[in-house]
Amino acid sequence: MNLLGLLVAVPLGFMVAALLLRGSGRWLILAAAPVMAGLALWLALLPPGTTLLVGNWDLPLGILLRADGVARLMVLAGALVIGAIGLHALVDPPGGKDGGAATAETFWPLLYLMWAGANAGFLTTDLFNLYVTLEMVSLAAVALAAMGSLAAALRYFMIAMLGSLAYLLGVALLVANYNTVDVTLLAQVARLDLATVMALGLMTAALLIKAALFPMHGWLPPAHAAAPAPASALLSAIAVKLGFVILLRLWFEAFPAITGSAALHVLGGLGAAAVIYGSIQAMRQDRLKPLVAYSTVAQVGYLFLAFPLVAGAVEPSSAWAGMTLHGVAHMLAKAAMFLAAGLMLKAAAGDRIADLGGLAQAMPLTVTAFGLAAVSLMGLPPSGGFTAKFLLLSAAIEQGAFLYAGVLVVGGLLAAVYLFRALSACFAPLAGAGPDTASRGPVTGGVKAVAPLALAGLAIVMGFAGTALVDVSAIEVPWATPTVIQPEVAP
Amino acid sequence: MSGAFDLILCLMILGTAGIALFVRDALAAIAFFIAFGNLMGLAWLSLGAVNVALAEIAIGAGVTGILLILARARLLALGDPVHSGDTPTWLWLGAFAACTSFAVLLAATVLSITPESGLDRVVAPLMPGLGIENRVTGVLLAFRAYDTLLESFVLLGALVAVWSLAPARAWPGRPAEPRMADGQMHQVAGASGRVLLPVALVMAAYLVWAGSDLPGGAFQAGTVLAGGLMLAAMGGAIGLPRSDRPLLRAALVLGPLVFLAIGLGGIAAGGFLIYPKGLAKALIVTIEYTLFLSIGVTLALLVAGPPVADSPVPDAGGNG
Repeated sequence: MNLLGLLVAVPLGFMVAALLLRGSGRWLILAAAPVMAGLALWLALLPPGTTLLVGNWDLPLGILLRADGVARLMVLAGALVIGAIGLHALVDPPGGKDGGAATAETFWPLLYLMWAGANAGFLTTDLFNLYVTLEMVSLAAVALAAMGSLAAALRYFMIAMLGSLAYLLGVALLVANYNTVDVTLLAQVARLDLATVMALGLMTAALLIKAALFPMHGWLPPAHAAAPAPASALLSAIAVKLGFVILLRLWFEAFPAITGSAALHVLGGLGAAAVIYGSIQAMRQDRLKPLVAYSTVAQVGYLFLAFPLVAGAVEPSSAWAGMTLHGVAHMLAKAAMFLAAGLMLKAAAGDRIADLGGLAQAMPLTVTAFGLAAVSLMGLPPSGGFTAKFLLLSAAIEQGAFLYAGVLVVGGLLAAVYLFRALSACFAPLAGAGPDTASRGPVTGGVKAVAPLALAGLAIVMGFAGTALVDVSAIEVPWATPTVIQPEVAP
Repeated sequence: MSGAFDLILCLMILGTAGIALFVRDALAAIAFFIAFGNLMGLAWLSLGAVNVALAEIAIGAGVTGILLILARARLLALGDPVHSGDTPTWLWLGAFAACTSFAVLLAATVLSITPESGLDRVVAPLMPGLGIENRVTGVLLAFRAYDTLLESFVLLGALVAVWSLAPARAWPGRPAEPRMADGQMHQVAGASGRVLLPVALVMAAYLVWAGSDLPGGAFQAGTVLAGGLMLAAMGGAIGLPRSDRPLLRAALVLGPLVFLAIGLGGIAAGGFLIYPKGLAKALIVTIEYTLFLSIGVTLALLVAGPPVADSPVPDAGGNG
């Protein structure tokens, strides 16, 4: 029996239950986290080629769910990340600015909505169905961002809405042109015409907004920095990844024959610019959460820097694995870092990096979690971030793409600069230390540090599971189908 | 319909859109926006897309119009200027140039597509198996039921998102009463609300039933129900519920939950969202009736906005 639908249906069931249980709905995460982790693990271990036609309606009319490598890894990482964030939110409730009761209750249905939307989006091959999942995730993301700053969330909402409309317009053009919006079918019939180019352009622009790729990143830092820690973690780990995965479906699966190398290098170039710009902005921040948020802008850049490397490779699987694993490692590390940063800011005197002094003694576990997450984000061995960057770097050198190789190296160095700056502040003596504060013990019990520590630990452990993860990422890669990626002629 | 009618309709659509954009008075702009929405509905009707026309008029003109009127009233109460400020000429020209070039490009794209409806050929032979006639319903509740299931949760999530904006001391409370400030207007709204709510209920129930074979369905019917509920609330005929009322929560989740349960029940028949043979119509009608109720209540509460504190605070609307 095929249970792919459960990965979407179960979180939706939890969303309904959370709404019915009202204030007590938060306890549902104790059941949801293990159940979803189990389902995701089951998905990762399924035999290759597992698909589900929802309702048994054939293509081109129906909707195909498929457990390819990207879906397996993203759903599994998503289950671990969202589960951990949820469990963390039990001990560190997202009360928002005014300790809002509305925030504390509505956080839960929104979390499950995002969970269902993300899983649905990772699994489906249908571009209209992807629009619906994009709406599920964006809606939850906007509401989560509004828990911190209404102004930032409103800006996010406006631009996300524009993105949704542009994406939908692209879908409409495709369905009129091809009578199908399934990427596996589009791959067989794709042709270079005005409607396809227009649709691909509109959808790509829309998804770059959703994925916050430079220069469409403007909405991200204020929204991600202001939200409560569990909300920020969901936004940076999950929300931006869906746009990226849909772009994979479009560029590598549906239209590899159309996307010329020039266009791929535009995406790669934007990715490279995002790495440099995001890192420099992160270095310039003097508050902790904006620093972590700008780090997301930089890390998203690597995902797109990988596009020309995948397309240009003779044997694309290692660049593909590097790109996918980077997405997974960033999910784990960034969620850990936002949760740790939230705890650190609650214990610190203020929200500036200079205020973090003394925290290494006061909350060693939390600072350790921050440090381990930083190791993966910088790409130091052993970590998931290192494995991913190593794969991308070797692909870049193999192809003689030294500009991309250079950005990969420099980006890692810049990340080290801004992340060590925050870490070293934690080890500095307490600012304005008085006799009473100098001797204070740990300010938070171990329980609160468990989730960030576990997620950061997973990001490190990924470094040891490299081969297995590379194998999973290669399940049903697009070029295994008849369409071969040969981006030689620019449109 | 005749070419002359279409031409006049197009000119009126452009005209009302232009006036809604350029007129400085907010109320006039809203009035022309509502007229624009209704004319768009007529355009869809003229294209033969009756379901889209119903949705456009009910949501595009009706619900959005009420939302804009309530937003204007809220802004007036806050003392905000509700007329548009001066826009620099270069911005007008820039926006005009950008929109015109995009429209031209889009028109060229649309005209480049060979008009043929290949999907219609795929849908037609599948309809007899469902036992319903309306192909749009067939698409929404059978062939693409998965999309519709997820959409119903998006709508539910939208209300949760609006609720999340409630200030701490207002949770869990009631939304602001959407009463008309003006006494006479209040009386009109009260009288019409009392009459219209039962009419809306009957009409909505008919739209769901007709939706199996004729244009109509849960979304259109839900909008009609929402309209009736909103008018009744604006006239004071019904009060708005507290957000934590168990009955309210049940009404909100009923449709999505029944849909999800039927979808999961399909696993017994072979897979997620598979309708057992012969039961398709019965299950579709069950989903549509429960979904219509939930959609109606959700839409009405979406327009009503987040709970506000009971104490008479003038700006308790989640602003600021």
